[in-house]
Amino acid sequence: MTGYHYILVYSTSHALQLEKLLNAAGVATRLVPVPRHLSSDCGVCLRISPEGLETSRQVIAGSRIEIQGIM
Amino acid sequence: MDEQLVYLDNPATSFPKPPEVLRAMTAFTENVGANPGRSGHRLSIESARIVYAAREAIAEMFHAPDPTRIIFGQNVTDAINLALMGLLHPGDHVITSSMEHNAVMRPLRALEQTGVTLSVIPCAPDGSLDPQLLENAIRPETVLIVINHASNVNGTILPARAAGAIATRRGLLFLCDVAQTGGILPIDMQADGIDLLAFTGHKGLYGPMGTGGLIIGERVDLHRLKPLRRGGTGSRSELEIQPEFLPDRFESGTLNAVGLAGLNAAVRWLLQRGISTIHQQEQELTSRLLDELRSIPGVQVYTPPEKYRRVSVISFNIQGIEPSEVGFTLDDEFGILSRVGLHCAPAAHRTLGTFPSGTVRFGLSAFTTPAEIELALQAVQQIARRQR
Repeated sequence: MTGYHYILVYSTSHALQLEKLLNAAGVATRLVPVPRHLSSDCGVCLRISPEGLETSRQVIAGSRIEIQGIM
Repeated sequence: MDEQLVYLDNPATSFPKPPEVLRAMTAFTENVGANPGRSGHRLSIESARIVYAAREAIAEMFHAPDPTRIIFGQNVTDAINLALMGLLHPGDHVITSSMEHNAVMRPLRALEQTGVTLSVIPCAPDGSLDPQLLENAIRPETVLIVINHASNVNGTILPARAAGAIATRRGLLFLCDVAQTGGILPIDMQADGIDLLAFTGHKGLYGPMGTGGLIIGERVDLHRLKPLRRGGTGSRSELEIQPEFLPDRFESGTLNAVGLAGLNAAVRWLLQRGISTIHQQEQELTSRLLDELRSIPGVQVYTPPEKYRRVSVISFNIQGIEPSEVGFTLDDEFGILSRVGLHCAPAAHRTLGTFPSGTVRFGLSAFTTPAEIELALQAVQQIARRQR
């Protein structure tokens, strides 16, 4: 199994907002604590599988949600 | 004692609440309980989901541009303070009406001490406001118009949409206090030109006390609006400065998540039933109450008779008796719970000519029944009759 990708957002509100958009676009997501090696933040981020990556990028680009990055 | 109480103090806070509200709050307390948006575990995420659902419900109710532009706080006073204290600087000019609650007046009077200037536009003796007077008061240094959407004293509706249109056209911001109309009248931030919408959760939205907020429209320059509180947000924790993004810029400290669980259930209950259905039913009862009150000798009514000019907030006096005494008798002898006095709105009472004694106020809710209205009328009739 290949590793997951993590979409880092600025707050839990944004994570929940983005989760809805991604789920609507057919991307399976899971909210998980931000992995320590990615950020010192204490919040959550969205974990997605590699096959959801491209759709996720498109959804984010078409939304008004600012993200910190995809790792 | 089995005395049946008639609760008509809904403009202060609605009671009872829909059973769905209690169920949501109980379920939150029993099964979720965690801090929203802080930790990454499942209960914290569930808590954050409930808070976010409340944002979505409020966004739908008021046509907010985005759920993250809703800043939750304790109540409408909290929201108004954030808007006024966060936005205004010495030298700025603000326009408001003479029908405002102290939630608006006190922060504005405090800001006046710091060099903000203020025009209080006089309303007519029935509390109505000619929007042209707002426009006439605009100066080069005017930055904001702030009015309530309906008076908490006598229910008169103020011209929010006209004020919003003036503000938009003249490049000002419009702050609307919807304490008495949220969940009662249709409100569309975008169509009504409302840049800053201050709401409370516990009145016409039927949520619990300790919920409310400010919705920040897209014309507001976020850098111009200062947060009043700074602190933990669960985001950008590596930084010792406040994050800039919404809602975190203005939402420091743990939210009232159990309250927001209740508010979410309440607003969804309203959206499902349709606010116009509830409003129509309340207005029928209000018309009946007003017509009958006006026909009682010695009773003076301060609420406009026309449905389109008022919400279900009724102010009256009985000639020769202080409002405080009427209120006490209504409660003590008849079990009818009203609110008497100045209703935290001395300016509005000066406008209506009822300062400093104030009035007796009845306010209806979705749960007020025709039988309760009859009981209230009979009580007022009896009290008035004793005076003659």
